[in-house]
Amino acid sequence: MVTGMRTRLLIASVGALVVLCLLSLALGTRTVPPGDVLSALLRRGPSDVEALVWGARLPRTLLGLLVGVALGLAGAIMQALTRNPLGDPGLLGISSGAAFGIVVAVAATGMASLYGYLAVAFAGALAASVVVYLLGSIGRGGATPVKLALAGVAITALLTSLTSGISLLDPAALNRYRFWAAGSLAGQDSGVVVRVLPFVLAGVVLALACAPALNSLALGDDVATALGRRVGLVRLRGAAAVTLLTGSAVAVVGPIVFVGLVVPHVARAVTGPDHRKLLPFSMVLAPILLLAADIVGRLVARPGETEVGIVVAFVGAPFFIALVRRRRLAEL
Amino acid sequence: MELRAAGLRLAYDDRVVVDDLSLSVPPGRISVIVGANACGKSTLLRALARLLAPRAGSVLLDGRSVHALPTRTVARQLGILPQAPVAPEGLTVADLVTRGRSPHQTWWRQWSAADERAVSFALRATSLSDLADRPVDELSGGQRQRAWLAMAIAQETPLLLLDEPTTFLDLAHQIDVLDLVVDLNREEGRTVVMVLHDLNQACRYADHVIAMRAGAIVAEGTPAEVITPATVEEVFDLTCRVTTDPVSGTPLVIPVGRHHTPEPPPP
Amino acid sequence: MSATAVWFRLSAPPVSGVLRVRPLAVCVVLALLAFAAFCVGMTVGDRPLGVGRVLAALVSKGDYYDQVVVYDWRLPRALTGLLVGVAFGMAGAVFQTVTRNPLAAPDVIGISAGATTAVVGGIVLGVGAGLGTQTLGLLGGVVTAIVIYALAWRRGTTGYRIVLVGIGVSWMCTSATGYLLARAKLHEAQQAVGWLVGNLDDVTWRQAGPLLVAVAVLVPVTLVLSGWLRTLHLGDDVAAGLGTPVQPARLVLLLAAVGLVAFGTAAAGPVAFVALAAPQIARRLARTPAPPLVASGCAGAVVVLCSDLLARQVAGLPVGVITGVLGAPFLLWLLTRANRAGSGG
Repeated sequence: MVTGMRTRLLIASVGALVVLCLLSLALGTRTVPPGDVLSALLRRGPSDVEALVWGARLPRTLLGLLVGVALGLAGAIMQALTRNPLGDPGLLGISSGAAFGIVVAVAATGMASLYGYLAVAFAGALAASVVVYLLGSIGRGGATPVKLALAGVAITALLTSLTSGISLLDPAALNRYRFWAAGSLAGQDSGVVVRVLPFVLAGVVLALACAPALNSLALGDDVATALGRRVGLVRLRGAAAVTLLTGSAVAVVGPIVFVGLVVPHVARAVTGPDHRKLLPFSMVLAPILLLAADIVGRLVARPGETEVGIVVAFVGAPFFIALVRRRRLAEL
Repeated sequence: MELRAAGLRLAYDDRVVVDDLSLSVPPGRISVIVGANACGKSTLLRALARLLAPRAGSVLLDGRSVHALPTRTVARQLGILPQAPVAPEGLTVADLVTRGRSPHQTWWRQWSAADERAVSFALRATSLSDLADRPVDELSGGQRQRAWLAMAIAQETPLLLLDEPTTFLDLAHQIDVLDLVVDLNREEGRTVVMVLHDLNQACRYADHVIAMRAGAIVAEGTPAEVITPATVEEVFDLTCRVTTDPVSGTPLVIPVGRHHTPEPPPP
Repeated sequence: MSATAVWFRLSAPPVSGVLRVRPLAVCVVLALLAFAAFCVGMTVGDRPLGVGRVLAALVSKGDYYDQVVVYDWRLPRALTGLLVGVAFGMAGAVFQTVTRNPLAAPDVIGISAGATTAVVGGIVLGVGAGLGTQTLGLLGGVVTAIVIYALAWRRGTTGYRIVLVGIGVSWMCTSATGYLLARAKLHEAQQAVGWLVGNLDDVTWRQAGPLLVAVAVLVPVTLVLSGWLRTLHLGDDVAAGLGTPVQPARLVLLLAAVGLVAFGTAAAGPVAFVALAAPQIARRLARTPAPPLVASGCAGAVVVLCSDLLARQVAGLPVGVITGVLGAPFLLWLLTRANRAGSGG
């Protein structure tokens, strides 16, 4: 693809994202005229609209952006690290760790606070990915892609089993777990945004710094070493970025990590395998998908809502399948 | 065993690579396909080996379409070594070569005397007997290439199609492999079709050279007929001089390049 | 042939073959372990019975209550555990070999997810409740598999495309299940979750019977076709060159594997992790390049039966919870002590 064309596509995508952000502020189960939304944003609208915009829609939009960016980036990095098209950001056991954290906290302490859930989910995600990384690194050859993937799958199975076990024995835990598992951006406030933002930012910086090294890694461990990369260190940094990004995302909206699996495949169709282009593209495309799905979810089931995780699946999956059919996707 | 192609049109998705190509492989001889990168050599070879279904035309093995014949029957007549195959991790050389016997095996006859003979012959011919128990993925590039070649040899087919059998090999091993191909041809009468990059090796080892450009055959015949400065210019866009190989008496291509002049400098 | 193999050859009938000592030994040991777990499962429980009383009950002799417990409860349960393990283990081995990807278990590429959605939909919406969990699960699995294959078909399929399409389908099914669960009443959700981790608690002959027939048909079919598996494992081009009809072979093998998974799921739910872990466990124990079919089946049976024995000790926990808890550390242990770095297919 021609460079100029790619640049235009990127600009168009950013434009689309901005439009979606505005739509996300303007549309919802409650119909508010766009003018009122605008004046509410400037703190000059009717007080109830102001409360709606600042208290619900703005944090929700920002969270959609943050989570999208995080999942898109994390997915692209995960696929580069594992050299496996199945490498979704949940592969390090992150989603299952977060689920496990929530279920244990609810079952053991009867926790019922929003920030509490956020903290335990993030802690669970972090702990799970550290364990997976350590287990995948034991033995000769360090953390090779296949060992990492299998360790991730094993830990995921273990934690999922434990989560199911606990939630079967404790209905309260099941109740909280199933709403988290459906994946929703709703019901969050600006406190959540503030708490998640530093982790996502750190993850983004770490991730973008990895891009050139990931290009070398894509050519195989030996070539990467010959090109002067310290393969182990690159993997560790990549895994740390994935953990920060996915951990924050999953803690907020639940296990919708598939976004991170699909978006890089779509982006790769545009950019080719160069991670310096692939990462920014994934970073823009993923929030587009997420915000669009969130808006659709608010509109299709009025006056109720459909969770973003479900809409994303039903919008994203057919698109993904069409892409798989149409293109000879680059094998990693 | 006679292999012919008539009116072949080959395409990947919507991209037509070869159109209306007809070809007759001389039986009992070594034919070499040469041509620039991406001219459709490997595509043609894949079609001859029924790995790629033609959009039009047909490939005929003894007058019958290879795509209509049962694929196992074809596999006992025609062996193919694809370009750069990847062995599963942990598969040993002996295992790989043994799998070359699968067209001759049934589920109750997994290791007949013929199987054993063919496998040990293939291992000896490629000097891999000592490495038989080593996993293929732990071998050097050259050894790996020979292991795949051994698999194709063990298949014991009268027709053998080889896609760049000398890639990854050092010069000595390249000559080893090509000599081996000649042995198979002379001693067992196998018909060989191979894609080669090196024109001089093509001249030396081929009985019949097929030169391709942009999906069509430009010239075919004996090396002396085909490999001329004019054909090389047409096929490769390369100015060269052709002299006689002092060892084999076949044509020897000497490329000119931008930093040398075609004529010797005047005294 | 390597030093650890023994070959045999008869002149008439012309039967010949190679026996590899290590894979064979692994197979025998796993089969014995599965048999032992099966026997223990027949004897222990709320009404502990000696081997003699179990055998007597099986031939319709002895105490009437013994007969009821053994024949109506324990035998179908133990048998289902055994068969589900064999079915999942073997199907996993086929999937992983055909797609040349160790992660491509039926749980990953959407077949279990499809079955789950069908069953949870049945429980929550009451749709097709008359069909029963079993039929719904079977239909869900088979329909999902057909959809995946059809969507992956474009002038033939490749293992890679099947896996990617499967992921997409799996994603939709998982989301649909999540949606249904979040909409459900709590007790319905609990019933659904109980099923979707895999459960042998209420298994009767109604579940065991069809599964027994399916396994009796599909396992021999898979074994007869295993020659194709050996060539497909070398990649499509090489396999075709060796006379394997690549597309039909892959279709038939996948169909057999899907059948095994669908019937297994219908009987006991998508027992977590068995299809992914059992082939890897068998492969690593046997040290073969591809997961060995029979040993994978035996490993699956051992995992499920042992998990069920444990599950019975912890009231209220279904077997699927234990398979994950038990199988995962074992796979991890094998992973960490593998002497070679890689571990493809």
